Amino acid sequence: MGKSMTTSRKRWELILFPLGATLLLLFVWHYAVRVSHTTIFPSPLEVLRGMGELSSRGLLWSYMRDSLLRVAVGYAVAVCLGVPAGIALGWYPRLATAVNPVIQMLRPISPLAWMPLAVIWFGVSEVAPTFLILLAAFFPVVVSTMNGVRNLPLMYLNAGRNFGLSAAALFRRVIFPAVLPHILTGLRIALGIAWLVMVAAEMIAVDSGLGYLIIDARNAGKRYDLVVAGMVLIGVIGLCLDLLVRRTEKLKSVRWGFRAE
Amino acid sequence: MLKRLLPFSAAAILVILWHISVQWGGKSLIPTPWQVFKGIAELAQKGLLLKYVVASLFRVTWGYLLAVILAVPFGLVLGWFRRGEWTFNPLIQVLRPISPLAWIPISILWFGVGDVAAIFLIFLASFLPLTVSAMNAVRGIEAIHLNIGRNFGLSQRRLIREVIYPAVMPQLIVGLRITLGIAWLVVVAAEMIAVNSGLGFLIIDSRNAGNRYDLVIAGMVLIGVIGLLLDLVMRKLEKLKTLRWGYANV
Amino acid sequence: MNAQIAGETQDALLGLRMNAQIARARVTPAVKTKVQIRNLSMTFSSDGKNVEVLEDLNLDIHEGEFVCLLGPSGCGKSTLLNIVGGFIPPSRGEVDIDGEVVRGPDARRIFVFQERGVFPWLTVEGNIGFGLFNLSRQEKARRIAHYVKLVGLQGFEQAYPQELSGGMKQRVEVARALAVNPDVLYLDEPFGALDSITRLIMRGELLRIWEAEKKTILFVTHDIEESVQLADRVVVMSARPARIRRIVDIDIDHPRDISSRRYLELRDSIFSEIGLAHKV
Repeated sequence: MGKSMTTSRKRWELILFPLGATLLLLFVWHYAVRVSHTTIFPSPLEVLRGMGELSSRGLLWSYMRDSLLRVAVGYAVAVCLGVPAGIALGWYPRLATAVNPVIQMLRPISPLAWMPLAVIWFGVSEVAPTFLILLAAFFPVVVSTMNGVRNLPLMYLNAGRNFGLSAAALFRRVIFPAVLPHILTGLRIALGIAWLVMVAAEMIAVDSGLGYLIIDARNAGKRYDLVVAGMVLIGVIGLCLDLLVRRTEKLKSVRWGFRAE
Repeated sequence: MLKRLLPFSAAAILVILWHISVQWGGKSLIPTPWQVFKGIAELAQKGLLLKYVVASLFRVTWGYLLAVILAVPFGLVLGWFRRGEWTFNPLIQVLRPISPLAWIPISILWFGVGDVAAIFLIFLASFLPLTVSAMNAVRGIEAIHLNIGRNFGLSQRRLIREVIYPAVMPQLIVGLRITLGIAWLVVVAAEMIAVNSGLGFLIIDSRNAGNRYDLVIAGMVLIGVIGLLLDLVMRKLEKLKTLRWGYANV
Repeated sequence: MNAQIAGETQDALLGLRMNAQIARARVTPAVKTKVQIRNLSMTFSSDGKNVEVLEDLNLDIHEGEFVCLLGPSGCGKSTLLNIVGGFIPPSRGEVDIDGEVVRGPDARRIFVFQERGVFPWLTVEGNIGFGLFNLSRQEKARRIAHYVKLVGLQGFEQAYPQELSGGMKQRVEVARALAVNPDVLYLDEPFGALDSITRLIMRGELLRIWEAEKKTILFVTHDIEESVQLADRVVVMSARPARIRRIVDIDIDHPRDISSRRYLELRDSIFSEIGLAHKV
């Protein structure tokens, strides 16, 4: 920003600096644990060993799989419901005005607060946390899609009609491709939120998964090395999910919508 | 006339449907809208309404403000120095997907069970979004404006005061608003797990201590209303004439 | 006789006269040199490739002169202007102003961008007074009022840029630049975003202000007509890597009749220099 084009960013700087900062952080962490002689808080090495332990017990992969599955189901349903809803709300402004207060009222309520209701409706089972994830992912998808439709330049629609497209063709060949970048943005945000909420949901209601791991490791024996191991895994997997969705943003058919990035 | 009624129509329809479905359905546990309303009145009468609302707001305010004071300058600096951004970006990206609630065991370890732990969670929840927001706000400054400032011979301090600060404010305030919303979400969740007062606690406790689902939903309604009010207050800030320029195209 | 009638009819039909108040005397070569560009070259590297944008440029600009840098888009003339303005260091060579080497931007030489350079968070007054922080409050107010009047924006002092048209925003930028009383003004296609009618009006305004304030002006454009209408000298630049192809002396007094024979001659010579056809 504001720099002249002659400043070439050296490749190694891009790798060295972050690597250095991360290593520095790990060192500080390690020595803080050593220096304070704490018996409870784990050092980075202990965290790694904890992960190894989980892996050998087979829990590592089964917990990861469980968490991912829960997210997948709740998220998929949220997307299947949210995209059409968003399109409808964006297309019919009156509908959006009518529904908006409801959305604004429901949005500040943490998905977790829905837990007691979810338990009434679905019992204590896998469905309750999935429902929470659905709730959490639903809103970003709807809002992003709605905005995409609202911001659709009128000239695209006019051009489509000019060429004699039927309503269905107009949707398929003009509206949907034009809105797709916005939808993808909403999908990415929703996935991040779904992942966050999944962890929280697992802390309350189930007995497997990474969120459960964190709570259980503490309650069942103050195994903070496993707690932190769980946190690290959550962070890394969440990041991978985010990067995966960003990949789709690079596809030629939608890349035009992300020019500024 | 019809136009003004329209926004409330959907809400009204939902409330009516709610009432009807409870009357006809078998589940005696779910309360009707009227029962929820009475529940709120009951809380007010017992003095708990105010107490819980204040407790939640208190925690949010402290955690959020602490985060603002630390994260905003940090983010501004990171956004300004591209090196700073690359250096910290991987750390930020790995920390971001970790739900603040996942920090509960650690925060209890460090701060015990109580307000400080909850405030710490709010702080954590607010810190990264604010940092990222501030970073993006700085990156959004037009290079042209900086060049103009330099052209007119502005000192570093003047440049910050007269160009950077005004240019950054609109986006920063949006970030503040969104993060406040996040903080409010998290306080409720944090209270469900880790403390003994507040609206989140109200929800969990009402259910556990006697299946008082009228109070559960009362709690949810209060959370929604207060969250909405917080958002509206922040939006008012965006309306200040001196800042309105930044939202001209929004 | 026919030629005269034709000329008058053309006058009446085209009827656009450049609007300056004083007929300007020709700049004599004995006038002091203000800006000296010496052996200037600029190479950008991107993705490991070197792109030479400017190649060994030499140019003298005299005090009080209006010089246009003319060339197709992307040829590097904006880069040249940025280097002269001190925003980018050159790869080779140097720029001297009043004998000093240019090392960075300077308040004595103000760069006027297109209208987007106007600060959206300040009113018209606030923008114009932007560089006047060293003045007393009265002096500052006096200057602002003077330049508001000069650019014809009376009544809009409290307006914000988003309430103004493109042409008005451009005037704010020019007023802001002039308010600090610089020696040199750099203008980088300042009228590019305006419609052609407003452009004609703004050119007249610019000339009027130039005559009143007697600044040295370096003006970048890709519009041949614009350069012949405004400049004392037109520096015709080639495509990348940019070299100076020719410097055309426009020896017509202001106000310039854009249908006069001399004007058309000069304009056509630039057309052919660039290699453009005369018929569309």
